[in-house]
This record gives sequence, structure tokens and C-alpha cells, in this order.
Amino acid sequence: MSTILEAADESATATLLSAPRGRRPKATTPGKRAARLIGYLAMIIVAVALLVPFFWMISSSLKTSNDVFSVPVRWLPETFVWSNYVDIWTQTNLLTWIRNTLVLAVVVTFLQVLTGSFAAYGFARMRFRGRDILFLVYIGTIAVPWQSYMIPQFILMSDLKLSNTLWSIILLQAFGAFGVFLMKQFYETVPEELSEAARIDGLSEYGIWRRIMVPLSVPAIASLTLLTFVNTWNDYLGPLIYLRNPNLWTMQLGLQSLVSNTQDQNFALMFTGMTMSVVPIAIVFLLGQKYFVEGIATSGMKG
Amino acid sequence: MTATATMVTGAPRPSKPNTRMRLRVRNALIGWSFILPNFLGFALLTLVPVIALFYISFTNWNVFGVAHWTGLENFRRLLGDATFKTAFVNTLYYAVMHIPLTLVVSLGIALLLNTKLRGVAFFRTAAFFPYITSIVAIAMVWNLMFSPDYGPINQILRFIGIADPPGWLTSPQWAMPAVVIISTWRDMGYYMILFLAGLQTVPRELYEAARMDGANAWQRFVNVTIPCLRPTTFFVTVMLTINSFKIFDLILVMTKGGPGISTMVLSQFIWRKGFEENQFGYASAASVVLFLLCIVVTILQFLWNKRGSRA
Repeated sequence: MSTILEAADESATATLLSAPRGRRPKATTPGKRAARLIGYLAMIIVAVALLVPFFWMISSSLKTSNDVFSVPVRWLPETFVWSNYVDIWTQTNLLTWIRNTLVLAVVVTFLQVLTGSFAAYGFARMRFRGRDILFLVYIGTIAVPWQSYMIPQFILMSDLKLSNTLWSIILLQAFGAFGVFLMKQFYETVPEELSEAARIDGLSEYGIWRRIMVPLSVPAIASLTLLTFVNTWNDYLGPLIYLRNPNLWTMQLGLQSLVSNTQDQNFALMFTGMTMSVVPIAIVFLLGQKYFVEGIATSGMKG
Repeated sequence: MTATATMVTGAPRPSKPNTRMRLRVRNALIGWSFILPNFLGFALLTLVPVIALFYISFTNWNVFGVAHWTGLENFRRLLGDATFKTAFVNTLYYAVMHIPLTLVVSLGIALLLNTKLRGVAFFRTAAFFPYITSIVAIAMVWNLMFSPDYGPINQILRFIGIADPPGWLTSPQWAMPAVVIISTWRDMGYYMILFLAGLQTVPRELYEAARMDGANAWQRFVNVTIPCLRPTTFFVTVMLTINSFKIFDLILVMTKGGPGISTMVLSQFIWRKGFEENQFGYASAASVVLFLLCIVVTILQFLWNKRGSRA
């Protein structure tokens, strides 16, 4: 199993987001110029394939319901129906969904970062019997799909009377191996001499964690925070199993209900809802892109 | 795993074994105190359910009754269950299409992004976008895009001269390929990041040396890039395999396993038996199959990788 760590280690690099090294080469030969042309062409094609669905989503969110499926495809709205963005608040429970999702995302992220970085210190810096085996168990769960134990977990949560409460999702998401793994990877890059010096100055292990490791690991904490936040916001299956009460629905469940429940299928409003669910995450992503990429590259894991 | 320095080096060297013992216990206690808050949650929500899974799979537990031990009965029933067989085959079918396709596409994009072309920063952001978007929104947008009569995809296909484009999600033959296209579209940005990280660890000198020896671009790719990327490729393949075997939410939102059961996968079989029909025992037996599938294939990949890197 340690190979998985090596693989992740080797793929970890801080230069991911820096500009490509070296100066821009001047295309000298026709061959090189052709290669560059093909490169640009490939990039444009892939970029279009990547972004067209988003474009279509946003464009449809501003159409009238009947215009969403016009033949031939109309890529831009004929008239911009901005009122869709007002109607979505009054005609659906969007506010409730956003509130629930935000509560979950914030609490889960806080717990994941706190307990994850705390545990990571134990794994990275303390030596005691059973530590390595325990860490292997943590890592081993990467290969265990959640879908395979969702049923016993559901029975357990129901026995604890946590089903149909927001607590179920908090518990479900907050204690994954992911945070521990990501933070441990980072802590191991911190020179041991730093904590050694602190120890001589009389700092306890908890003090070292709080005063040295936590401040040093701000980039890693940022990565973990962003990845956890996005994962919790986007989680669909967890809420689908546990949150039956419409007052507890998250953004994703709400979106789903927009599709399946409306008798008079207002397609435009559906797209408005989707845009509303995607935009906050897109903004979070654009602001913290660097940390996302580094978090994934160091841990090599989804949250 | 690297061994980390201990407290012992910082503390005064203990003279008596008794003191050393006490220090060891103290270390263990502090170590555990760090791990415990996370471990409690982890144990309760992951370890306990996994262990319980194996027990439940040998019982006939349903939502009303008490669990009775029925031995291998559930597994015997799985063997004769045609729906289970379809779900199992569909899962493999999905994996066999999704894994190579995603590997090639994400590596290709990573190679493109590793060049000195203009606009790579924007492109990298775009490539990563689908991965951070909610699966519900993705599934719905694509569902409508793939809509046979009035969806943009078939309208474009008709425009370029394909008179009878596939019914995609409404057709038993084309539903799974459509799901694969969408999941590849979604996942490639994530694996692309891993490949990009791997590519940047390849020493420049190797390319220079190969160029000196007269190797062309393709030869450099085969003889330098591919071997140097080996650890990354291995890691990506392992993650991709596990993620393929557990595919679920995308299919649940897009097709609900349909049309018929043509896109039903293992996870959904478990879901249907467990949460819709309340047959916890039977669903757990299917879960054990999914569990073992992932674990066994992962172990095989590790062994294969070890053998390959020794050769």
C-alpha cells in the first residue's frame, strides 16, 4: 500500500500552476508552426466541448420555458427573461436549500479540517505502536467504495436516531480519511528541526501543533477547506438517503425535485436553479484555484 | 512511509528501563489523543459498517424482521439473479469503456497543457470546471443535450448529415456509451491534474538527450514520457478503476438504470434491493461483491505494478 503514497508523492509538485519554463519559442520551421497550429486547434475544440454545456445552461436559464427546446437550437435567448432569477426565489424553496447546504458545508469543513489536521499530526510526528497499521487502515478505505457499506451505515444511523437530521450528513462527511491523508502529506514536508527547537523551548506537542504546524500549513488547510466545501455542496447520494424531510433538503435535492415534481415542467426555471447551484462553486473555485490543484496533486484523491 | 523523529531525541535520555517504559506510554497516549477525535468518527461511520456488512450479508435481514443467519443463501441467490448478472456485466462494461477513454483523453490534455502554447491557463481552468460542478446539474444539462428529438447534439448530428442519430439515453444500446461520454467529460479535468503534476517531474535533460540522439517527437513520447510517467499512470489507473466500479450518482440522476435495466450497475442494484425493497441481507451480499471486486482488482494492480517495475 505504501506504493500509493509514493505515487502520490511523486506526482506532488509545487510548480503546477507556474508558467511553463523557458521563453516562448519562435516557430522557425514550417513543421513547428504546423504543430503549434494543431495544438491550438485541439485546445479550442476541447475547450468548446468543455464549456458548451455550461453556456447552454446559462443561456437556457434566461429563456422562456417554451424556447428551451427550439428546433433548430437557439444558442442565445430571443428575449432575455431576467425574471427567472426572481421567480426562482418565490416559486421554489431555494432559500431553504441554500441555507441547509451552507450549514452542512461549513460545519463539515470545519470538523474535517480540525480533526483531520489534528490526527495528521499524530500520524506524521508521534511514534507509537500500531500507528503505521492504523494509518494503513485509513489508506485502505480509499479502495472501499462507500456504496458498498451505505446500507449498514444507514441502519446504524437509523438506530442512533440520526437519520433525517442534518447530523447524519455531518457525521457522514466530516471524518473521512481524505483530510488526514492530505494533511499528513503536508506535515511530512515540514522540517523536524522546527518542532525539535520548539520542544526544547518547552512547548508541548499540542502547542507545537497549534503554534507551528497549523500556521505553517495554511496552504494545505486552504486546499482541504476548498475541496471539502465543494464536495459537501455537490453531494447528492448522502442527502438523498438521509434527508427525507423537504425542510432539510440541500441544493442538490432541491434541484432534483425541480425536475421530477413540477407538473407544468418549467424548463427555464430548472436551468435557472442549476445555474444558481453552479455559480457559487464556480466563484469559490476561481478564487482558490491554486489550492484546489495543489490539494489534488498532493493527495491524489477525491474528497 | 517515512519514520519520523521521536520525542525521545528531544527528552533527556532515560537511564532506567522503567522511565523509558513510562515515556513510551506517554508518547502513545499523546499520539492517540491526536488521532482519537477523527478516529472515533472514522471507526463509527466506516469501520463498524464495513464489519457489519459482512455479518448482514449472511442473514435474511429485512426492515420488518429480525436477522436470521442463512449462511451462503444470499450469495447463492445472487448467482441465479439475472438482474444482478446484468448489473455486474454493465459495471464491467462501463469500466472497460471509461478507464481507457479517460486515461487517453486526460493524458492528451495534460500533454497539451504542458506545452508553451498561449492560453493554457484559461484552458486548464476550463478543463477542471466540469469536475467541480454538481452531478445533478451536469446530469440534467446533458440529459437535455442528448435528448433524441430536440436536443442540440442530435440537431448538430443531423446538420452534419447523419440522418438517423442514436436515441442516446432512450436507447438500450446507446445509453451506456452516452453515460461514459458524460462521465469522461466530467472526470478528465481531475485526472488531467494528476498527469500534469507527473509530467512536470520528468527531467528536461532526458528530452534533450533524446533529441541529441535524433529521436522524433513520437519516439520521445514513447521512450521518455511514458516510462517517466509510470508511477502517475499507475496511480491514476488505480483510482480510475475504483471510481468506475462504484459509479452510481451520475447514472441514478441520468437514467435511473434504464431504459429497462440497460444501464443498471452494481451500486444501483444494491440501492434498489436495500433502500427500495428493504432487503438488507440480500443487498449486503451484493455489497460484498462490490467490495471484493474493488479490493481484489486494486491488489492485482499493485502486484502487477510491482512485477512490472522490477522487470
